[in-house]
Amino acid sequence: MPSPFILDRSSVTQVMAWVLAALLPGVAAYVWLFGPAILVTLALATVTALAAEAAMLKARGYPARPFLTDLSAIVTAWLLALSLPALAPWWLIVTGTLFAIVVAKHLYGGLGQNIFNPAMVGYAVLIVSFPVQMTQWSGPLALTETSLTLAQSATVIFGGDAPKATLDAVTMATPLDALRTGLLQQLTVDEIMTQPIFGQFGGAGFEWLAAAFLLGGLLLWALRIISWQVPLAFLAGIWLAAGFLHFFDAGRFGAPWFHLFAPSVMLGAFFIATDPVSGATTPRGKLIFGFGAGLLTIIIRTWGGYPDGVAFAILLMNLSVPLIDQHTQPRVYGTSGRGKEPPA
Amino acid sequence: MSRKLFKFKGGVHPPEHKAESNVRPLHAAPLPGKLVIPLRQHIGNPAKPVVEVGERVLKGQMIGAADGYISAAVHASSSGIVTAIGPAAVPHISGLPDLCITLSTDGRDEWIAHAPLDYQAMAAADLRMKLRDMGIAGLGGAVFPSAVKLDPGAAHSCPTLIINGGECEPWITCDDMLMRSRAGDILQGVAVMRHLLGSTEILVGIEDNKPEAIAAMQAAAQSLDFAVDVVAVPATYPAGGAKQLIETLTGRQVPSGKLSTDIGIQVFNVGTAYALARAVHHGEPLISRLVTVTGHVLRPQNFEVLIGTPMHTLITLAGERDGSTGALMGGPMMGMPMPDLEVPVVKATNCILVKSNALFPPLPKALPCIRCTRCADVCPAALQPQELFRFAKTGDFGRAQEYHLFDCIECGCCSYVCPSHIPLVDFYRYAKSEIWAREKEKRAADLARERHEFREFRLVREKKEKAEKLAAKAQAARAQAALDQAKPAGLAAAAAPELAAAPSDADAKKALIAAALARAQAKKAGVVPKNTDHLPPGTQREIEEIEARRAKIRELARQPLESEEKKP
Amino acid sequence: MITAILVMVVLAVAVGLVLGWSAVRFKVEGNPLAEKIDAILPQTQCGQCGFPGCRPYAEAIAKGEADINQCPPGGEEGIKKLAELLGVEPKPLDEAHGAPKPKSVAFIDEQLCIGCTLCIQACPVDAISGAAKQMHTIIAAECTGCELCVAPCPVDCIAMVPIAEDLPHWKWKYPVIELKRVA
Repeated sequence: MPSPFILDRSSVTQVMAWVLAALLPGVAAYVWLFGPAILVTLALATVTALAAEAAMLKARGYPARPFLTDLSAIVTAWLLALSLPALAPWWLIVTGTLFAIVVAKHLYGGLGQNIFNPAMVGYAVLIVSFPVQMTQWSGPLALTETSLTLAQSATVIFGGDAPKATLDAVTMATPLDALRTGLLQQLTVDEIMTQPIFGQFGGAGFEWLAAAFLLGGLLLWALRIISWQVPLAFLAGIWLAAGFLHFFDAGRFGAPWFHLFAPSVMLGAFFIATDPVSGATTPRGKLIFGFGAGLLTIIIRTWGGYPDGVAFAILLMNLSVPLIDQHTQPRVYGTSGRGKEPPA
Repeated sequence: MSRKLFKFKGGVHPPEHKAESNVRPLHAAPLPGKLVIPLRQHIGNPAKPVVEVGERVLKGQMIGAADGYISAAVHASSSGIVTAIGPAAVPHISGLPDLCITLSTDGRDEWIAHAPLDYQAMAAADLRMKLRDMGIAGLGGAVFPSAVKLDPGAAHSCPTLIINGGECEPWITCDDMLMRSRAGDILQGVAVMRHLLGSTEILVGIEDNKPEAIAAMQAAAQSLDFAVDVVAVPATYPAGGAKQLIETLTGRQVPSGKLSTDIGIQVFNVGTAYALARAVHHGEPLISRLVTVTGHVLRPQNFEVLIGTPMHTLITLAGERDGSTGALMGGPMMGMPMPDLEVPVVKATNCILVKSNALFPPLPKALPCIRCTRCADVCPAALQPQELFRFAKTGDFGRAQEYHLFDCIECGCCSYVCPSHIPLVDFYRYAKSEIWAREKEKRAADLARERHEFREFRLVREKKEKAEKLAAKAQAARAQAALDQAKPAGLAAAAAPELAAAPSDADAKKALIAAALARAQAKKAGVVPKNTDHLPPGTQREIEEIEARRAKIRELARQPLESEEKKP
Repeated sequence: MITAILVMVVLAVAVGLVLGWSAVRFKVEGNPLAEKIDAILPQTQCGQCGFPGCRPYAEAIAKGEADINQCPPGGEEGIKKLAELLGVEPKPLDEAHGAPKPKSVAFIDEQLCIGCTLCIQACPVDAISGAAKQMHTIIAAECTGCELCVAPCPVDCIAMVPIAEDLPHWKWKYPVIELKRVA
């Protein structure tokens, strides 16, 4: 075995473990603001992902140990779970996770080979196939009359006999849904924003969840696990696109702060768009990738058929990664021009 | 004295492990009983042996002469008898043997006559040839013949001379020790370099983790009659790489595929400067160097070692320990594992690093690349290692070259940080040697095609020439015959030229053949071997032996025919 | 009706002229496809393909008269490259034309050579030096290892010596990453 003979202490497991750790502030905020239902979702997604990963590794003839312990399946599971409505039925979570791991990850060749972010593929499949169930968001505790305990949440998720009244009492349209519905009813943004679901600058509760994700993301950046380019460009894309529209017609387009502090944006900017496997690799490419994803998010939110656009925006940008990378090759030491040159 | 420094891209900070070996004083290693001196110790053509087995040689005597411009001589490191000239184990990862001269030392360590060179009075070209014949080559690791590097060329001069005391590889301290103990000599060598290159700016770059070396060099620089700027550079691996040191000190990059002299900068290792000083001021060829022996040994330290000393004697000297898992030549980032420890110390041997499982645990199994681009972040050549890996792995060497594979300096930073523990550098080495091999094959094929086409052309031409010659001769003969016939039977022949032509044609042919036969006979009889007069008796004897052997073979070749004839 | 016919005729003549002119003006010497094929072939000139040299084989492939799997020295890689160039499926080497061997060079046992020049005449790349009744020697750097000189030698003094791996020819091997379970 030739040189080098020493290694830095880093490992894939370590990287993934830090990503999970950085998600914990978000999870804590989720529980605090929306009740403990998310814990059930997270657990269910984790178990499903690990089982699917093990089965696929066995089927493909790979050793289970190094790949199960690399924690990448759990990261996928958590990212998907945090993107789903907390009170989504169990089969929705299982279907999405299975699709993410089996199709989006392993059928593309497993760890490191997937073109698309698996969690976002799972999310996209669910929102396209089961739009109704994808609206069972638990409302912020501050706004609901009653709240569910952990056991009650589990009962709801696993399809137990939760009285419909209870379910209605704890679920609520998300701020983005509310904005969308309001706009369809020809209300102006200002009128919509008077609804209780809207908070200081984002959605009530949601804005603080987004802040918690931002905190975790900054931790990842401080540890140099993610680069600054993708999140910054992503947020800049959202801010500029939303700001541009809001500037011209504040009545029909939401404020940039509101768009930024949707939890999906912070989660997407720091945890999903930064997925190295499906993202751009060059420094300039990362800027383009992030900015494009931010721009597309606002476009889809504004004119698309779904209330949120983060998942589709990231998937679309995943698709253009080879092109972006090819055209943004950095200047190599001792070469004059950017990009690749024909061999001398 | 503070100089504006520049930051090169990337780099890593592996644990330095320098303190193990730089606290003990420098010792000369004792003279071993046997010295194995490879003829290929430098870049370029290997030296050609100029001694014979059984010959007694003196310390410093040239035993292998430089072969061509890019080459360097090798010398006997001590006095003794040449016991073998042939393939022997050399310090190379492949374990393949290479041509070496083996000396059995006689313990007297008797020097050949040698005298300092008056380098200022010598013509530059003569001095360079002299240095080539004294075996001076770069001691930083690449072992490029110094005489070539000391030629600034006709068109350009070399205003900036950089002396590399970076020594960024972990564990290695031989340059550090050399600078601490022999700073004056190093700068004497630098003076010679300055003289040959015509440099106006001289910089010594030393990593700031070697304060004693910096102090020693600065002190020694005070007493010089020219300015030398001893600069502390931030300790970052690979700050001691020539290209990185140039960028750190001058902010300039060596253009891809070019030499540093193209931008007026030349870089030498401190060890090379010291060897040059010994050569010029003492007339001593390069027969020893400093070697760090460290890692899993009892007393890690530096030795002054004769070239050709078996590595294991140094490990024994430093105190062998149980549980060793082999040794590296060089440091942990770029060093090469040694196939066995019998191999000799060569000019490139800066360090012998003994491994153990505690110091160098076996590397974990590799996982797939997750494209995290940490490798790209640390790559000092600003490459995209993850892409190069993908191309090398799939054999897409064309793309690998497009992505500047050959600008990779194989420093190992990418492998060091890879969270998937992929041996990235290995893939680049594989791809590079595969590309070289293919280019070689391509050149061979082109040569074969050219030679084949020329042969075809030659065959056609020869055939044509033969035919033309024959036709011309036949024509001439016919005319002659006609003339001969016309003389005795003038009118008859004129009256019936057609009738006469037919037989005369046949006759002419016959005559031609007969003439040719006669000529051949005459030639055969008249063939005299050339240059056989006044031969020395030895050659005459050899010729006779060969003739006798040929006769015997002819005899042998005839025999089976005879026996076959007898059979039926 | 007449106009239409006239227009068509004029057009046909004009286009025909342009085509004819460009055929003369941009005439391509030789056969570019055969040249590309020839560039892939190893130039051993061994004739194992059944053609007298690499170039005739290349021309035969270009004309579709020979298959791409008849060159043992080119090996699987050569076939793959040819398939890529011609846009066809690669196929295994036709064993009828021989099996790939390690690259070798001919070596003349100078003790035995009688100087008959038969090998010199057989060598397709003029890589044997010598003359009648003089000992012959292979110019190793130019020998393609085609083996054509071996058969004509009346005293069997030519042997094929595989090129041994030495330091200047040593290559880094493909790094092995063990990932798949060893069944």
